[in-house]
Amino acid sequence: MRVFERPESLTEKQMHYCPGCTHGIIHRLTAEAIDQLGIREKTIGVASVGCSVFAYDYFNCDMQQAAHGRAPAVATGIKRVLPDRVVFTYQGDGDLASIGTAEIVHAAARGENITVIFVNNAIYGMTSGQMAPTTLLGQKTTTTPRGRTVHDNGYPIRMSELLATLDGAAYIERVSTHDPKHVMQAGKAIKKAFTMQLEGRGFALVEVLSTCSVNWGLSPQEALEWMRDNMVPYYPLGVFKDVTREEEQA
Amino acid sequence: MAKVLMKGNEAIAEAAIRAGCRAFYGYPITPQNEIPNYMALHLPERGGVYLQAESEVSAINMVYGAAGCGVRVMTSSSSPGISLKAEGISYIAAAELPCVIVNVMRCGPGLGGIHPSQGDYFQAVKGGGHGDYRLIVLAPGSVQEMADLTFEAFDLADKWRNPVMVLADGLLGQMMEPVEFIDREPQMVPKPWATTGAEGRKPNIINTLDIVPESLEKRNYALAEKYARIADEETRWQEYKIEDADLIIAAYGTSARAARSAVDMAREKGMRVGLIRPISLWPFPSAPFAEAADGTRQFLVVEMSMGQLIEDVRLAVNGRGVVHFINRLGGMVPTPPEIYSKIEAILQGGEVQ
Repeated sequence: MRVFERPESLTEKQMHYCPGCTHGIIHRLTAEAIDQLGIREKTIGVASVGCSVFAYDYFNCDMQQAAHGRAPAVATGIKRVLPDRVVFTYQGDGDLASIGTAEIVHAAARGENITVIFVNNAIYGMTSGQMAPTTLLGQKTTTTPRGRTVHDNGYPIRMSELLATLDGAAYIERVSTHDPKHVMQAGKAIKKAFTMQLEGRGFALVEVLSTCSVNWGLSPQEALEWMRDNMVPYYPLGVFKDVTREEEQA
Repeated sequence: MAKVLMKGNEAIAEAAIRAGCRAFYGYPITPQNEIPNYMALHLPERGGVYLQAESEVSAINMVYGAAGCGVRVMTSSSSPGISLKAEGISYIAAAELPCVIVNVMRCGPGLGGIHPSQGDYFQAVKGGGHGDYRLIVLAPGSVQEMADLTFEAFDLADKWRNPVMVLADGLLGQMMEPVEFIDREPQMVPKPWATTGAEGRKPNIINTLDIVPESLEKRNYALAEKYARIADEETRWQEYKIEDADLIIAAYGTSARAARSAVDMAREKGMRVGLIRPISLWPFPSAPFAEAADGTRQFLVVEMSMGQLIEDVRLAVNGRGVVHFINRLGGMVPTPPEIYSKIEAILQGGEVQ
């Protein structure tokens, strides 16, 4: 009989995430992938700034906490001096797609052999719900109180599609966490992103659509539905780059 | 070992490799480009990693990552680039990660120019980034010292788990002089705190966040206590003809070279002048100034900035002597004759401040 238990790659520390937030699920999926691949003792994670800033307390492996947006640079610094270790970053949309745009683009362009878990909930959660680079048009935030407009704020960025244009990217997939079926798919994608690193294939990123029920002003259930009905259409799920598929087709 | 003729920037790079530097993350900026160029050519073949980052911001954060893994790591830049690194330097100091940061100063503010300056003194010794932290700041005055102090910077960084800055300028970086490299092994220390993969041990965490005020205050005091011990043990300076001096010049780096020549010129004319050259700018050598300031002596600060070093000299002299000032700016370097003229005005013309 298989018992549902805490992955070894998660600590026993109680997480601080708000009710309805899917960060906890995504932490668990990441930890399960590390467990399944048996790499916990050679993995170094990089936490970023934002809601997941305390990730270093939750992942039961060596961790570094990076300055806002700089996790891919910190991960690069680590991976280049310890190429036989597994290095991952865990970043939100403000961190990765706004202040850290240069770092993520160049890490991908270099084909840096790291794994990136990119959590996109279309808002700055930690700082009280400001507009993010991925905030949808019309979406109300504390800094777009009348809704995001093209005139004032331009368009949301689709990071997966953008990064998939770079030759250094080996694997880019967008997944969602709005129902169990999609959570399972997200887990597979995260495991594959680690496998790509173990095979030395280069930059791998999984964009995980996530909720922020508190700052969206919705109940946890409503938030999942809002994500499904609003985020998934603008941020289509799927594989945008996979060098192993390209090899098979060649 | 035979002396070799090298540029100051190249001497820094070679000394770093000899000191066990195994990773260099940089970004081009004049007048320090010979350092990354030398590293790109030589570091990989000597067992290290060279990587050109997409920005100074990325470079310093790569340094954070590698330093957190316990590897001897360096970055170099020049003034505007150091401003960009300032956030990362604060994080590195807070996380107590050893690394070496080279600033080959150019003139500012803003984009300024590419010629030598000492305008980043405050930035180097008073902070630069946010929060209460200190860098150990070493100021070479020759190509030989570019090599020696860079080598020692790595040992000091490891000894104190603190970032060390080598603060040079464009003249020292570009000039060629004979140099002989330190013939000893670097002092490597165990780093059980490093993130290398938690194999058979509890995870290590490199972190600067602490949102509990009682806890962070303790952390701040612990850092302050470490800085006090560094001040006790690592303060360095050089004295030149100060025993009988009526006027003591304070100058470091390139300014000190010109000041020393001016001291000799004045001595030839029978004027009793000496020089105190701070080598560690932080910790600042206050003691020799405080000791010399017995109420009978005057002081003259020579710098390539608009009154920065003079603040630390005044604090050390503490009102027990007039502190005069001469400087050049914008990439201009003070010459021995113009410093000599100032000395003459003070000692023979009765110039008052």
